[in-house]
Amino acid sequence: MITVSSLLDASWYERYRRISKLNIRSSIYDVTNQCNLRCKGCFFFSSNEHKAAREEMDLTRWEAFIDREKARGVNLAILIGGEPTLHLDRVEAFYRRMPTFCATNGLIRVPRERFPDLMLGISLWGDENDEKKLRGRDTFSVSSKHYAGDPNVYYLYTITPRQIGRTERIIRRIRDAGLKVHMQLLSNDEGVDGFDWRPEELVDIRSEMDDMLDRYPDTVISSKYYHEIITTGKMLGRTFGWKECPSVTEPLDRRDPRPRRLIGFIRWASDLKTMHRCCTSETRDCTTCKDGAAHMSWVMVNKRAHIRTTRDLQNWIEVYEMFAKLYQFIPW
Amino acid sequence: MGNDLQAVMLRTAEVMINELKLEDVTPETFDPDIDLVDEIGIDSMDLATVALVLRDEYGIRFDEDDYPKLTTVRKIAEYILARKKAA
Ligand code: SF4
Ligand code: SF4
Repeated sequence: MITVSSLLDASWYERYRRISKLNIRSSIYDVTNQCNLRCKGCFFFSSNEHKAAREEMDLTRWEAFIDREKARGVNLAILIGGEPTLHLDRVEAFYRRMPTFCATNGLIRVPRERFPDLMLGISLWGDENDEKKLRGRDTFSVSSKHYAGDPNVYYLYTITPRQIGRTERIIRRIRDAGLKVHMQLLSNDEGVDGFDWRPEELVDIRSEMDDMLDRYPDTVISSKYYHEIITTGKMLGRTFGWKECPSVTEPLDRRDPRPRRLIGFIRWASDLKTMHRCCTSETRDCTTCKDGAAHMSWVMVNKRAHIRTTRDLQNWIEVYEMFAKLYQFIPW
Repeated sequence: MGNDLQAVMLRTAEVMINELKLEDVTPETFDPDIDLVDEIGIDSMDLATVALVLRDEYGIRFDEDDYPKLTTVRKIAEYILARKKAA
């Protein structure tokens, strides 16, 4: 039987032990159905999920719901929407009760007096031109002013095929604003012309992401194995997709055989009753899904499969560390 | 099925080997004190799988809050015996 310590030297083993017992139990919450943008390709609006449920307006119901979620064992609330910052009272209800991460487009500044260390991930869809084309405005110029130098903020940079050869400028701008960045790939849910990934583009962007990580290790929160998995959709000879996806809402998961998955994971709609199929759009085609968190989780839930060679296990550790950093379970 | 500690440890190891498809180990060679998380890489989904089989066999309940304590085959076997006694 291969053991962990037989594959790792002392410093890697220490890194492994730092994360091995974290036991992260996340769920995702649609805080609201509203947004102050309407991005082309936003999975939430393009799949009509904003109409799936009537938003719960009573804050005391949110509070009771969050208490139930906590009792269910959730120890990481990932807030999405719509735009969560349109309802800071709901964000605060989570933040006061459990470790919370909030996705935002960064147009509304979260007051740090009220939320001193709330981890925020600001969405960014490319450079000014892509942002204007896909989101109607250049959000970076606003969000980077709101959060410059904030240690609990990073950019969630969604790379589009148009960004190949142009990511460095963006990484540098983020670095110059004193912030960090995590990269993911656009899934193009609304089929915007020119934004689908071709195989050769995925090869190119993988090496560009590797290069950015090598050159800006203090700014880019990532790992080369994650780049490999997200661009190839392959892990240890297996193919990502519906049969393997770890981020399916557990009570709706009727897959047989059931794959390794996130325990207790649910994506809740804003009525606090309706559940969505998975962490992203209900209508998304799993064969082309590029969801970053689902790919990361896919690696994370398959730990023992990586206890094979030193390199495989180190790859697993790097992906888990990346996730743990992005959600404040370990420091940057 | 014997109910002394040794027998329960052997059976626990056997269930673990079968359910998790562990290679190059037998119930007899499975070190009952090896740390399941730090050394074998078992996670809570693995533990839940193993607990399900042992629960049915021994007629006891595994409390999910107790999972973090169940870090070795010996500790799982002791837990089973304590629960059986309490039942
Ligand atoms: S900011 Fe986010 S939620 Fe709002 S439309 Fe854009 S992608 Fe969708
Ligand atoms: S769309 Fe993506 S995240 Fe959702 S079930 Fe399919 S593969 Fe998983």
